[in-house]
Amino acid sequence: MSDNQKEKVYTKGLDSALLAVYNGYVFFLRFFREAFRGRMELQELIKQCYAIGNKSLLLIGLTGFITGMVFTKQSRPSLAEFGAVSWLPSLVAIAIVRALAALVTALISAGKVGSSIGAELGSMRVTEQIDAMEVSAVNPFKFLVVTRVLASTITIPILMFYCTAVALLGAYLNVTLNEGTSFISFFENAFEQITFLDVGTSLAKAVAYGFTIGIVGCYQGYNASKGTEGVGKAANSAVVISMFLIFIEEVIIVQVSNYFRI
Amino acid sequence: MEQTNQTEEPVIEIRDLYKSFGDLHVLQGVNLQVDKGENVVVLGRSGTGKSVLIKIIVGLLRQDSGMCNVLGREVSELNEKELNDIRLKIGFSFQNSALYDSMTVRENLEFPLVRNTKNLSRADINEQVEFVLDAVGLLQTINQVPSELSGGQRKRIGIARTLILKPEIMLYDEPTAGLDPITCLEINQLINEVKEKYHTSSIIITHDLTCARETGDRIAMLLDGKFLKQGTFEEVFNTDEERIKSFYDYNFIQ
Repeated sequence: MSDNQKEKVYTKGLDSALLAVYNGYVFFLRFFREAFRGRMELQELIKQCYAIGNKSLLLIGLTGFITGMVFTKQSRPSLAEFGAVSWLPSLVAIAIVRALAALVTALISAGKVGSSIGAELGSMRVTEQIDAMEVSAVNPFKFLVVTRVLASTITIPILMFYCTAVALLGAYLNVTLNEGTSFISFFENAFEQITFLDVGTSLAKAVAYGFTIGIVGCYQGYNASKGTEGVGKAANSAVVISMFLIFIEEVIIVQVSNYFRI
Repeated sequence: MEQTNQTEEPVIEIRDLYKSFGDLHVLQGVNLQVDKGENVVVLGRSGTGKSVLIKIIVGLLRQDSGMCNVLGREVSELNEKELNDIRLKIGFSFQNSALYDSMTVRENLEFPLVRNTKNLSRADINEQVEFVLDAVGLLQTINQVPSELSGGQRKRIGIARTLILKPEIMLYDEPTAGLDPITCLEINQLINEVKEKYHTSSIIITHDLTCARETGDRIAMLLDGKFLKQGTFEEVFNTDEERIKSFYDYNFIQ
């Protein structure tokens, strides 16, 4: 490849990357404009909340339970070295509430919910169902995008609390089997170190992750290019991009919450 | 083809319409007029911009230059509200029917109705849904989902979904593509029935000449981005132009 060709390829790549960022920004602004305009598609919103919650409940439960149990098991030897096994419930609770539950929920949902939104809207775009809505004077953005983004923003925090509870249950089972700690004293210990800021930060994270998963999935699906390949690409990039953004948000939110902690 | 209800009043007027996608010049100076009560068939090879033309009419795409006047309004100059008002008067039958596959047939038909008509009772909605389904002869499919329907049935339901808003203009994008000959005849008959019962003016995009002959009051042949010939079926095909002749010869096996 000559230098001239290279320059063309790189410029084209940069152009399309910048254009994608700009289009994403426009889509993001459009969401807020449409969300507060006209009648809310309440029935579709409830249907989507149910679909998202129901779809992920089992998987998040299982993953959360295993995470809690395994994390407890892996942390025990380190604490035992200092003779601090009695701190295990509070250590595990801090890890779960501050970091693990929100991340596990978000990553599972990005895979499960984000991909399905991307694929669903992508196939609706490819089979002209979105155009069909538009020509029948129905706003497809309001019906499809606003409801799905709101649904994931509402449902993922609920799933996060559910994941926290199940992960703590997993941790409790491991602790009670090994140390014989009672249910009450485990949870007393666990919640001793948890502050309102921890719960608030987790909630903020889950809201941000839920919004990200919804809007990225919708953006990718809504703008899917023609053909079945476009649908696969939409589902795939919905997962990859939302996971990437989730980690960036994690870093930012943790930094901000640490600022309040001091 | 009988010419009922037809008057000289134009419902769609297209002048010097140009549309390109990058280096691909699809429409290059298209002129077309559709009068009230008239069925105009647009014939042309695949990829010549037939679908682009009707997507411009309904405001899904915007022309690069030229005029596209629908019911007395220039489509590209309308704001969102005005465009939606015009869209309510246009029925668009998509090539692949574009039925919402997560909904039943009933929900598909209700979808545009309940969102565009105020103060409808449940009984009114049911009555209108059943009326249009009966009009396309598929009342029995009311509780089925699109994946359970055949291609012809999907097409009919797609047409029913547009009829529920009582359009003045119908745009059919390849109504007989991918269907068996008998179903094609039924669809042709349905297009003519829609014209008679709903007094619509239509543009029918196709490359099926039987469909063109059965449904079209006027045929317009789109080649190289502009209309090469317009007129009745006989006028258009009584020609020495090689490409038009090969179109005819292939369809009628000569």
